[in-house]
Amino acid sequence: MYQVGVIGDRDSIIGFRALGMSVLEATTGAEAEKLLTRLVEEQYAVIFITEELAEQNEALLRDLRSYKLPAIIPIPSVLGSTGLGLRQVRESVKKAVGMDIFAQDEVNQADQDKE
Amino acid sequence: MAQRQVNPNRMELLRLKKQLVTARRGHKLLKDKRDELMRQFLELIRANRALRLKVEDLLASANQDMVMARAVMDTSTLETALMAGRESLALSIDTRNVMSVKVPVFASLFEVTGEIEGLPYGLASTAGELDQAIVALHEAFPVMLELAEVEKSAQLLADEIEKTRRRVNSLEYILIPELKEQIHSIAMKMEENERGNLTRLMKVKDMIVKQAIEKARLADLKGAV
Repeated sequence: MYQVGVIGDRDSIIGFRALGMSVLEATTGAEAEKLLTRLVEEQYAVIFITEELAEQNEALLRDLRSYKLPAIIPIPSVLGSTGLGLRQVRESVKKAVGMDIFAQDEVNQADQDKE
Repeated sequence: MAQRQVNPNRMELLRLKKQLVTARRGHKLLKDKRDELMRQFLELIRANRALRLKVEDLLASANQDMVMARAVMDTSTLETALMAGRESLALSIDTRNVMSVKVPVFASLFEVTGEIEGLPYGLASTAGELDQAIVALHEAFPVMLELAEVEKSAQLLADEIEKTRRRVNSLEYILIPELKEQIHSIAMKMEENERGNLTRLMKVKDMIVKQAIEKARLADLKGAV
């Protein structure tokens, strides 16, 4: 039995409480770091964290990436997406392929949008 | 290139040749592994991007509903409503094996897909906006879980691909050339020894022949006298 946790500012995450996730409020990066380490120790399987807080803890998140659990997934906060999530996806691509093969895609898409 | 000193003898040569064969086979296998991992990874990463965009969309609209709910309800009522609630969500985790990389497969132990049967709070004191927000989150959750699974898998695969690529490269650009070099140098040394030996033999033969001729001439001279 594994649990799901959410870390973020109150406004962004309070709704998840109705889904039965463990909702933990944090407003600063340091608070989020403490909560993250706690949830990792308590063997949470999935931890959603708002992108703002994820950004402030990038080093820790990078360390945790190579473990099977937990999956730490940045989600947009109430303020909207900062693009961190997609940036992380592209980082994985860069790591695996050695170059950012989706960068080209986006350029093409931008070109198409212009036309 | 750091070259180890090797003894130029036949045993060493055989050993190195065997090692080269093994290294080549390992290189080929790892290369195949890398290619297959890459194929799987690209599939995953495509799904990952799509899911992420979808989740961001869903959450944005859920957040909007939430903002509305917050606007029409006072904070304490809203919080009490959300506190009351269902038992905590639990997941079961399975493992999937992708090219011997173990990636997690999440499954929710509660059925959260589709319609929700009831909201976890009474309807009397809460606004309809809150219901909407919760329903929106409910719809987003299965997608979020899928995203978690796919994104984690992609990260793990990326790690493994990086490792495999390093191994392939170190075999291809360091170990195999080094072995070839050593084999070559041993072969050369042995040939050189062979040639040295041959000339020595020829020299010795020359000397023996010369001595024999000398002896024969002396004998002839004595006979003549």
